[in-house]
Amino acid sequence: MPRHTRLSGLEPLVITPDLLFVNVGERTNVTGSAQFRKLIKEDRYEEAVEVARQQVANGAQIIDVNMDEGLIDSEAAMVRFLNLIAAEPDIARVPVMVDSSKWSVIEAGLRCLQGKGIVNSISMKEGEAAFLDHARKVQQYGAAAVVMAFDEQGQADTAERKIAICSRAHELLTQELDFLPEDIIFDPNIFAIATGIEEHDNYAVDFIEATRELKRRFPDCHISGGVSNVSFSFRGNDTVREAIHSVFLYHAIQAGMDMGIVNAGALAIYDDLDAELRERVEDVVLNRRKDATERLLEIADRYKKKKGEAVVETLAWREKPVRERLSHALVHGIDQYVVEDTEEARLLVTRPLDVIEGPLMDGMNVVGDLFGAGKMFLPQVVKSARVMKKAVAYLLPFIEEEKARTGDVGKNNGKIVMATVKGDVHDIGKNIVGVVLRCNNFEVIDLGVMVPTQKILDTAIAEGADMIGLSGLITPSLEEMSHVAREMQRQDFRIPLLIGGATTSRAHTALKIEPHYKSPCVWVKDASRAVGVAQSLVSKDLVDDFMAKIRSEYAEVRERHRNRGPGKQLVPLDKARAQRFTCDWANYLPPQPARPGLTVFDDYDLAELRGYIDWSPFFNAWELAGHYPAILTDEIVGAQASELFRDAQAMLDKLIAEKWLTARGVIGFWPAASVGDDIELTALLPSPSGRGAGGAGAGEALTSGATEPSSAPSGAPSPEGRRESAIVLHHLRQQADKPVERPDFCLSDFIAPKEHGKRDWIGGFAVTAGLGIEPHLARFHAEHDDYSAIILKALADRLAEAFAERMHERVRREFWGYAADEQLDNEALIAEQYKGIRPAPGYPACPDHTEKTALFQLLDATNNAGIELTEGFSMYPAAAVSGWYFSHPGSQYFVVGRLTREQVEDYARRKGWSREEAERWLAPNLDYDPE
Amino acid sequence: MSALPWLHPERVALLEAALAERILILDGGMGTMLQGHRLDETGFRGERFEHGHDGAHAHHHDHPGCDLKGNNDLLTLTQPAIIRGVHEAYLEAGADLVETNTFNSTRISQADYKLEHLAHELNLEGARLARAACDKFTALTPGKPRFVIGVLGPTSRTASLSPDVNDPGFRNVTFEELAANYRESAAGLVDGGADIVMVETIFDTLNAKAALYALSELFRERGARVPVMISGTITDRSGRTLSGQTAEAFWYSVRHARPLAVGLNCALGAADLRPHIQTLADTAECFVSTHPNAGLPNAFAEYDETPEQMASVIGGFARDGLLNLVGGCCGTTPAHIKAIAEAVRDYPPRALPSEAKEAA
Repeated sequence: MPRHTRLSGLEPLVITPDLLFVNVGERTNVTGSAQFRKLIKEDRYEEAVEVARQQVANGAQIIDVNMDEGLIDSEAAMVRFLNLIAAEPDIARVPVMVDSSKWSVIEAGLRCLQGKGIVNSISMKEGEAAFLDHARKVQQYGAAAVVMAFDEQGQADTAERKIAICSRAHELLTQELDFLPEDIIFDPNIFAIATGIEEHDNYAVDFIEATRELKRRFPDCHISGGVSNVSFSFRGNDTVREAIHSVFLYHAIQAGMDMGIVNAGALAIYDDLDAELRERVEDVVLNRRKDATERLLEIADRYKKKKGEAVVETLAWREKPVRERLSHALVHGIDQYVVEDTEEARLLVTRPLDVIEGPLMDGMNVVGDLFGAGKMFLPQVVKSARVMKKAVAYLLPFIEEEKARTGDVGKNNGKIVMATVKGDVHDIGKNIVGVVLRCNNFEVIDLGVMVPTQKILDTAIAEGADMIGLSGLITPSLEEMSHVAREMQRQDFRIPLLIGGATTSRAHTALKIEPHYKSPCVWVKDASRAVGVAQSLVSKDLVDDFMAKIRSEYAEVRERHRNRGPGKQLVPLDKARAQRFTCDWANYLPPQPARPGLTVFDDYDLAELRGYIDWSPFFNAWELAGHYPAILTDEIVGAQASELFRDAQAMLDKLIAEKWLTARGVIGFWPAASVGDDIELTALLPSPSGRGAGGAGAGEALTSGATEPSSAPSGAPSPEGRRESAIVLHHLRQQADKPVERPDFCLSDFIAPKEHGKRDWIGGFAVTAGLGIEPHLARFHAEHDDYSAIILKALADRLAEAFAERMHERVRREFWGYAADEQLDNEALIAEQYKGIRPAPGYPACPDHTEKTALFQLLDATNNAGIELTEGFSMYPAAAVSGWYFSHPGSQYFVVGRLTREQVEDYARRKGWSREEAERWLAPNLDYDPE
Repeated sequence: MSALPWLHPERVALLEAALAERILILDGGMGTMLQGHRLDETGFRGERFEHGHDGAHAHHHDHPGCDLKGNNDLLTLTQPAIIRGVHEAYLEAGADLVETNTFNSTRISQADYKLEHLAHELNLEGARLARAACDKFTALTPGKPRFVIGVLGPTSRTASLSPDVNDPGFRNVTFEELAANYRESAAGLVDGGADIVMVETIFDTLNAKAALYALSELFRERGARVPVMISGTITDRSGRTLSGQTAEAFWYSVRHARPLAVGLNCALGAADLRPHIQTLADTAECFVSTHPNAGLPNAFAEYDETPEQMASVIGGFARDGLLNLVGGCCGTTPAHIKAIAEAVRDYPPRALPSEAKEAA
């Protein structure tokens, strides 16, 4: 194993001779950079982190971090900054050099580094004992060390003393300790030259000569130094300073210097230096003539830059022909120049449509190819689409004009009518599919959400659509899609039907949808498959083979389903009920809510909810697979995930500051007892006169703003027009064949049975974070910015989930109060490490969506929280969560799973339904094929 | 540090001799075996914790305690026969080394059960149980000495990741706290007779560095050291640890501890671990270990790679000279270990990089 210095950040850095010279970024050093010092002193750490990012982007292979400044708490600043950059994968990939003259600051820094970094520095200025003590600690923390040529007498200035001190340090480190020689980096001190003081004239030469000898004696060690010191006397003249650095490094590197603290973005190339400047600088650095300093001063002013001159970002791509510029802008999602480039392209062609069909489509084809090959990810594609839309929007008036003149309408790949089906309000995935199809030159007519079957079909006929795409998230939508398919068949449609959405599946499509429609019907797994499917379906050459394949696949799925045999046998309902979850009810003391009745939250603080966001589903919505925060550093999607995350954070900042969204919620607790699989409770409800089942009167509670709720205490006189009502909640029981010690759960098991006469309670909640979203979505759509619109929707969803999480926490700690001293961080909350559960109707523990009716009635959620129930029992705004609270310490989440006809019939009786009705609402759970 | 003498030089000599001769076999999953016993709350509590909190520490009665079911490490005290039974099942299956039942035996992890005060005792007794099992089997076949690996787990917190998305600079545990935790636990392991201490299932290398720092302090205090093994965890197919490091960066970050062996365990099955084990085999001058999961968890969080499947993949590792020590993690059983032992039996261990290369 060759002896190389082996450092690490998130990635390894092995210092081999091939590297020649390792750049250590110097800008994150308060002693060297006035800008960085200002940022730290003013507590502007976010901007300070950007300085580190630029250093790495500009080629720093290691970054030096120094917080030594009298007015800064250096230890705290070091820890905070290192912890912050640890969260930035594009910075943290490189090793850190912890730089301080105070050992306590260095030690604090070392305790933050997961990688192997470098200590800068240790020396013998306080004697051998302290030197060895620090060196041993460096070994224990796992770092390399810069050893400064500094002893009890002071800093070494001549070559002889530099060599002598470094040699003594080397001997101590390798003899007294077992310090690895490759982990020793000598800093023989770079001092300023051309100061006008004659003793300083040879400092650069002393450094270079010491370097040559040290490298000869200790070939495994490295030689480093703070390069900008050497040009200190030319402060304010960056061109000359950079020339001095360049010349100094040229000679020092030849002598064996192999590491340096430099401004990685501002290193001039030796050969590129102006010849006269280079010669005079060389005279100074190498101390070649007595008048070298004066001769350099003579010409120095000529090279002074004007103040404020800034380095511009690389715009080389702007020099290319317009076709390539458009392609570049599309691939990189840059919309800054797209209008001027589109105009330029328009002037070069005969018809404005040629711009779309030529350069823009070519660019989008590149995007499509890269996406298909897994080299671009969804957020980038949506950004590309934003550029495309802006270009098209610019061209549209010209195209209309052209059309009016010639009647030429151009062509596209095909036209698709898309909709989220009746009763369902979820459309993030559908919108993404729409964007991707538009990128691939399909015309997309998006009918939005909750679209009735006939409207979809009528639009398809009126528009002459080539296909229809249906989407949905909640389980009743599966049944609705099946209905659309039957209607299409009945009305003699022949165009293909595409099925998508989170709860859809190949199996469901094959079993429940495709058999009802004789023309092509295809399940589309996700947005990345949509283009391939749509293209195959509109292509006369491809469609027959494609459909033959799909149909045989679906036939096979159906065959497998028919032959799947009994699988795991379900047990009879009696047996499952006998094996219910139970506890020592006689000795069980149900916790009493601290604040019974309803509590309303009118305008909950979004900033508070932000900390409760579970980010992983946010990335999944964008088809970026992985868990937060690991996804940010994922080898494949990490860069995209990080960019998306930054954009989301920026929008979140704005959304909260400018109050784009309003969060409202309501919770309540009611006395309850279980009776079999039902739960009976009593509540104060509005009098039934003149009200429908789902409607309700004004909130029982007073309302108040912000996070401090108000409520009507239980036992208060019944407000006018309301009375004690009995409500029955219906639940379903698992029927799995389990060993005796494992219960077949039903949610009612977690409420004390009526016969025990205990005063037990059940809670309920409905929260939303989606109120007020429409104008902002409209604004983004007007700006052709689907990317931002989709981020906003996804954020609203996340905030609603966070609201549910936060509310549950407060319920446990305050409002019900059975876990007043609970202390869990967000990770623990996401991992459900709390006591008690909050199952939502329509989800695995209580799969019947229609139970939301009772929940909404109890909470008067429409009045109290502004959430409406659609006829399919989807909630609107879509960014909403509702469910039940159970406090029993044994309560747990479970999946009801498959149900026998016996239980479905029993459930129908309890609900007052026909069996057919029960089978329709419980379709995904049936263990049998209803006739 | 490495200048210190061995605490048990004769044990280390036996271990080094065995490593020079063949691929050594580690044991398999503990949790998998315990699940089979289907212990309930009463089972976990045993006699000592039967009446509330801790019958052996009356002064801890000031709060009611909490459920102890799921605290597998506690079984060392409440169901020692079961733990010893697991160790013996693995020794029977051919393991040369068994890992103590101390994965969560740190103050930080036991705080979840309000049992912080047991940290030292759990490690001490955990090592003693494994010691007794190993000594029994060594006595039966003295030609094949068995060794106790004292396990230091990752704890439930991470020192280089923020649990608060709004404040990426926030940390809910410090290096110092972790080092103090590990120091206490490691002392228990060494006192209980561990031959080796292994820092394992490393999600966050900074946690591991705190453990290695604690070990170096403990060894300095005792004036002697025991061999150290280090095993990281590549959390998913991105090929990184949870804290974002590649396998190579991870190795350079812990190499200063000059371990007996470095390796990878958990999270992935053997096939997915292979490229990363290859990286370690190429860059480490010490021995290389691996104890993968029995494949990736299925939809029910169960592992279903069979002993035969796993052994055939690992046989390939051995054939290609990647291994010095091998065993199993989540989902593996004595049957897996037996199959793995058979699959690698005929291959020589990975050769350490030669001293000749050192001169390069």
